[in-house]
Amino acid sequence: MNDTVRQFRDFFVSLKLTVVLLVLSMGLVFAATLDQVNLGVWAVQAKYFHSLFVLWKIPGTDVPLPVYPGGYLLGGFLLVNLVSAHIYRFKRSWRKSGILLVHTGLMLLLVGEFLTGILQEEYQMALNEGQTKNYSESYRFNELVIVDTTDPKFDDVVAVPEALLTPGSALQHPKLPFRVVTKEYYPNATLSLRRGATGENPSLATAGIGPQITATPQPLTYKQDERNWPVVFVELLGPEGTLGTWLLSPQLPAPQTFDYGGHSWRLALRAERAYKPFSLTLLKFTHDVYLGTDIPKNYSSRLRLTTPDGKEDREVLVYMNNPLRYAGLTFYQASFDPSNDHNTILQVVRNPGWLLPYLSCVMMTLGLVVQFGIHLLGFINKRRAVPATPA
Amino acid sequence: MKKAVVLILLLLGLAIIAKSLLPARNPTAFDVVGFSRLPVLVNGRVKPLDTVARSSLLVICGATYNDSSKSSLILTPDKRELNPNEWLLDVLFRPGQADTYQVIAIDNPDLLTLLNLRREEGLADRRFSFFQVEKSLAEIDRQARLTEPVEPQVRSAFQKAVVQLQSNIILYERLKESLISSDSQDFLAALFAFQNSLGASVEAVRAKQAGQSFDADAARKLIENGQRFDQMARVGYLLAMPPVKGEADTNGWRNAGTALLETFQTGQVNPHAMAYAGLGHSWAGGNATDFNTILRLYRDELVKSFPLALAKCTAEARFNAMKPFNTAMTLYVLAFFVAVFSWLKWPAELGRVAFWLILAAWLIATAGIVTRMWLEGRPPVTNLYSSALFVGFIAVGFCLGLEYFYRNAIGSVAAGGIGFATLLIAYYLSLGGDTLEMMRAVLDSNFWLATHVVTVVAGYGATFLAGFLALIYIVRGVFTKSLDQPTADALARMVYGIVCFATLFSLIGTVLGGIWADQSWGRFWGWDPKENGALIIVIWNAVILHARWGGLVKQRGLMSLAVFGNIVTAWSWFGVNLLGVGLHSYGFVESTFLWLILFVLSQVAFIALANLPLARWRSFRLP
Repeated sequence: MNDTVRQFRDFFVSLKLTVVLLVLSMGLVFAATLDQVNLGVWAVQAKYFHSLFVLWKIPGTDVPLPVYPGGYLLGGFLLVNLVSAHIYRFKRSWRKSGILLVHTGLMLLLVGEFLTGILQEEYQMALNEGQTKNYSESYRFNELVIVDTTDPKFDDVVAVPEALLTPGSALQHPKLPFRVVTKEYYPNATLSLRRGATGENPSLATAGIGPQITATPQPLTYKQDERNWPVVFVELLGPEGTLGTWLLSPQLPAPQTFDYGGHSWRLALRAERAYKPFSLTLLKFTHDVYLGTDIPKNYSSRLRLTTPDGKEDREVLVYMNNPLRYAGLTFYQASFDPSNDHNTILQVVRNPGWLLPYLSCVMMTLGLVVQFGIHLLGFINKRRAVPATPA
Repeated sequence: MKKAVVLILLLLGLAIIAKSLLPARNPTAFDVVGFSRLPVLVNGRVKPLDTVARSSLLVICGATYNDSSKSSLILTPDKRELNPNEWLLDVLFRPGQADTYQVIAIDNPDLLTLLNLRREEGLADRRFSFFQVEKSLAEIDRQARLTEPVEPQVRSAFQKAVVQLQSNIILYERLKESLISSDSQDFLAALFAFQNSLGASVEAVRAKQAGQSFDADAARKLIENGQRFDQMARVGYLLAMPPVKGEADTNGWRNAGTALLETFQTGQVNPHAMAYAGLGHSWAGGNATDFNTILRLYRDELVKSFPLALAKCTAEARFNAMKPFNTAMTLYVLAFFVAVFSWLKWPAELGRVAFWLILAAWLIATAGIVTRMWLEGRPPVTNLYSSALFVGFIAVGFCLGLEYFYRNAIGSVAAGGIGFATLLIAYYLSLGGDTLEMMRAVLDSNFWLATHVVTVVAGYGATFLAGFLALIYIVRGVFTKSLDQPTADALARMVYGIVCFATLFSLIGTVLGGIWADQSWGRFWGWDPKENGALIIVIWNAVILHARWGGLVKQRGLMSLAVFGNIVTAWSWFGVNLLGVGLHSYGFVESTFLWLILFVLSQVAFIALANLPLARWRSFRLP
């Protein structure tokens, strides 16, 4: 092994690196906690933890500078540090068995969190009593859907993620006899009815309900109890020219329809959907408060779970601290619509790595107990051997 | 001399304990104590009237109310002192009198101007009677309506004061309508008349509705009574009428107005409402014999169907009067000074006295915590207040262990300091009202409260203790010559051992929290501020351990790191609540911010001291 390689190895094996990495991660977690006031928990996760570097834009420009190592970088280095320390530095002995357990558990935890970061999906399912749904909806992302409804037996859906709807972009899909051109896109906007006043700019929209509506762009919100309502203007271009420009927003109560080329079409911007191979029906939602207060005591949703093949048809009860786990998904009682007592909102989470933390926590706890137990026994034995000297 | 001092100190400790054990006494011939132990349901929990009286006064008199301090006396206009329960009795049964007592705190100068009041007109320059405020009620309501659309976080001091005053007045007025109708001269007589004429009155109303001739007077009285009860049912604060179906029916409690409205179906005036009206009649009439007789008969009747509620309420009222945490606090202070003094003189004897005082204080505080657990039917930590109690319990528990092994009074000094500090924090947290609150749905899981919350808070306690031991090292080393090498080594071993425990508790607690989150929210880790706070404590303890193992720090470095642990823990405990974001933000306290900053600054100063060059330390100087 030559000197350079050895120095390189010594760097990665050193306890100094461990301490530096731990202190840096503490700083990262602290900064991320403070920034939640401005950005909300989702943006903070993306910026600080699910990134190699924390980027900072030079004020007044769009140039990002890496100013601090991000979660993936610190986690990765810690992992390398830990693994190489165990390969090169640690002598395997029973006295160190606890530390080995703790460190293995920690590696699993880091790997698990990385898996969660890249694989986890979070959706919501809002149900009224009696309503059945076989899909959950994203509360952060939206999609443009163009549905061919000609055949009454089924709908032919083309869905475009919101991220592709940048102004000026054009999309062509083999199922669509027209191109989809995004004319304008506001990530967050409010809608109001045009009062026919002459002073207003004419709407970009020429078809559907759009010409009667004004969309006013709003700053993005990061508040926990608010969401962003995007508005997009899309123009459909057929071979023989424009079909019109539509204003689309998830705030519009109903999709807009039109006929073209002998087919009936439906057009909407809606919360991104994740379809499931089963459906849930809300049978009954209950929530109680403590007598004489408005402190919530419990919420629960009684649901019917069914699959199209008829193999599943049973009632389930979801309440606080008792989610439904089914088909790799977890449904938990998240909220309800305060204005409507017969409505539930379930959080739907897919997290394939969910077992890893359980495993790692057992290992780490056991490891710490073993390690400190060895220390403590040694300490007590030593004190027994030498009678305590009066101070 | 030595023996005399030891004896005096022990006697002093015993006197402090004995004082809190004295039973509550009635100031007059009325059995106010017995009354204060009657059960009512308020804020979701069955509690004695004693608790209602104390927590209502805390809210209405402002956070400085303390029934053992002279500045928060309740005085009648003829300068007679009232205890909280006498005050409550007057509010409930002699509202006209109670309106003249100066109890409503108003501190904001703009608000005083608005109400045309001057500070000098108030008791202790800040408390005013309902009578003084009554003329401005419409204006207070108008200002509160103006404030309503403003989000609570961004309200000005004036707006906050207006909203607080309005809610205090509402609480006060609701108390007045709880057991009797406040506009009735003699409610008991009115109830008797109502009961006796019920048949005739109902006849009259039926006849009126059927268009026949009817007794106009009887019908009018019935309607009047109905309206009066309806008013009481809508605003009455105390749910003092026990459930018809017995103790198990926790949702059956209701207020007197609701119970009296039921008369129209049952044909019988609710006996509990009647009993309270009787108590009110004799209280207002100054007839102690009647009051005590009715109370005794009523309690005898109540104990048949509600033995557990009555037993718990009696215990809680006793607990309120004993104030075990105040007693423990006094003992901790005494022990602290005795232990510090033992470093200068008579180490063996004074050290032992300090140890016993600490043990007594710890046992009293523990008994208090256990009583609270029994009253609430919950694990020890359910809110910020109880977490402060528990941090003290854990830290002092460790100190007793350290003192048992080392016998150098360091454990006792740390115990006295932390015990006092945590109980002081708890005291300030208790000023918000009743500290036995109901658990929000998401927290309502005794299993996780008992495991995750308890271990995390134990982690706080251990981390603080390590930090406090480090403070002792720094202060003794820098300012005195008493830190010799064996003591310094012993302290370093203590800090290291306690950091090990802190790591164990905070790691297990944090991971258990992750599992709870996975059970209830579907994700193990969500980077929520409270979770991050716990994580930072774990990381920091790991930093301390690794820095020591790697030889990156020696004794003084270890002490600096341990003191920084205080900052980290204080941030996790209180700081994250100040952010007001996240699923965990249930313990928002505002003035905490200033204290947190001061605390952090003080700890930074200690770290700076620890890093003074050794030549500037008074200990460790070469001879």
